[in-house]
Amino acid sequence: MSFYGWLWRLLPGPKLVKVLEAAVLFALVVAALFAWVFPALDPLMPFNNNTVGQ
Amino acid sequence: MRVVRGLLGLLGEVLITAGAFLLLFVAWQLWWTDVVSDTDAQAVVTTMENGSWVQPEQAQLGDAFAIVRIPRFGADYARPLYQGTTRDVLMRGLGHYSDTAEPGQIGNFSIAGHRTTHGKPFNQIAELKTGDVVLVETADTYFVYRVTAEEIVAPTQTSVIWPVPGKQHAKPSQALLTMTSCHPEFSSRERYVVHGVLDATYSRAEGVPDEVLKVVG
Repeated sequence: MSFYGWLWRLLPGPKLVKVLEAAVLFALVVAALFAWVFPALDPLMPFNNNTVGQ
Repeated sequence: MRVVRGLLGLLGEVLITAGAFLLLFVAWQLWWTDVVSDTDAQAVVTTMENGSWVQPEQAQLGDAFAIVRIPRFGADYARPLYQGTTRDVLMRGLGHYSDTAEPGQIGNFSIAGHRTTHGKPFNQIAELKTGDVVLVETADTYFVYRVTAEEIVAPTQTSVIWPVPGKQHAKPSQALLTMTSCHPEFSSRERYVVHGVLDATYSRAEGVPDEVLKVVG
C-alpha cells in the first residue's frame, strides 16, 4: 500500500519523463494551496488582528 | 505482517505529506503574503504619487486616500492608507478607523496595520521613539505628526482611539494620531498602541523640508 508508489506507476513514459511529470504535479498542488487553501486558513491564524474593538 | 507493514508505510506517507503541507503554509504566511502585499502596496503608492488622489473625506471603504511615511522605518518606507479597518483592507496596507478624525483634523486620527505577515507595515512599531515623525501625505497636504507616547492594551480597549484617548465624550482640542498593531508579535493577545500629535502642516506646493524627515537618535 503506497499512494505515491501507485501515483508513480500511473505516470506514463520512461523514468526521466515520470520525474518531470511528478514535478509538474507537485507545482500544481502547491499553486492550488497558495491560491485557495492557505488564504482560507489565514483568518484562523492567531496573529491577524491589529485593531481595537469588541 | 505484510498488512501491518503496508499500513505503516501508508501512515508514513500521510505524515510526510502533512509535514510538507505545514512547511508550505509557513512559507506562504511568512513570505508569500508579504510579496503579494508589498507588490500591491507599491503599485498603489505609485498611482497616488503620479497624481491620482481620492480626497480623505470622500474615501469609501477600501479606497486608498493617503501615503504614510515613517522615516524611523527607513527612508523609502511608504505605505498606502485605506479607508476602513476590515480584514480585506488590512491585507493591503494600513487602515483608517473610519469613524475617527480625518488627517489633520481636531480629534484622533486613528490607523491600524499588521505587525507580522501581509506586508507587515507596522512590524517595527515598537522601535518608534518620542518625537519621531509620522508623515501623512494626502491629495493636497502633508501632515507631520510626532510620536508622544506608546502603550500596550487589551484588544477591547477602544478608549485609545476616542477623540480624547481615555476620556469618553470629552471635547477634543488637539489633532492627535493613534496607531494600533498586534502585540506581542505573532499574537493578538494585546495591542501595541502609539500616540502622536500634529506638529506641522505643509501644502503640496510647499513640500516637506528635508530636516523634518531626518531621523534623530
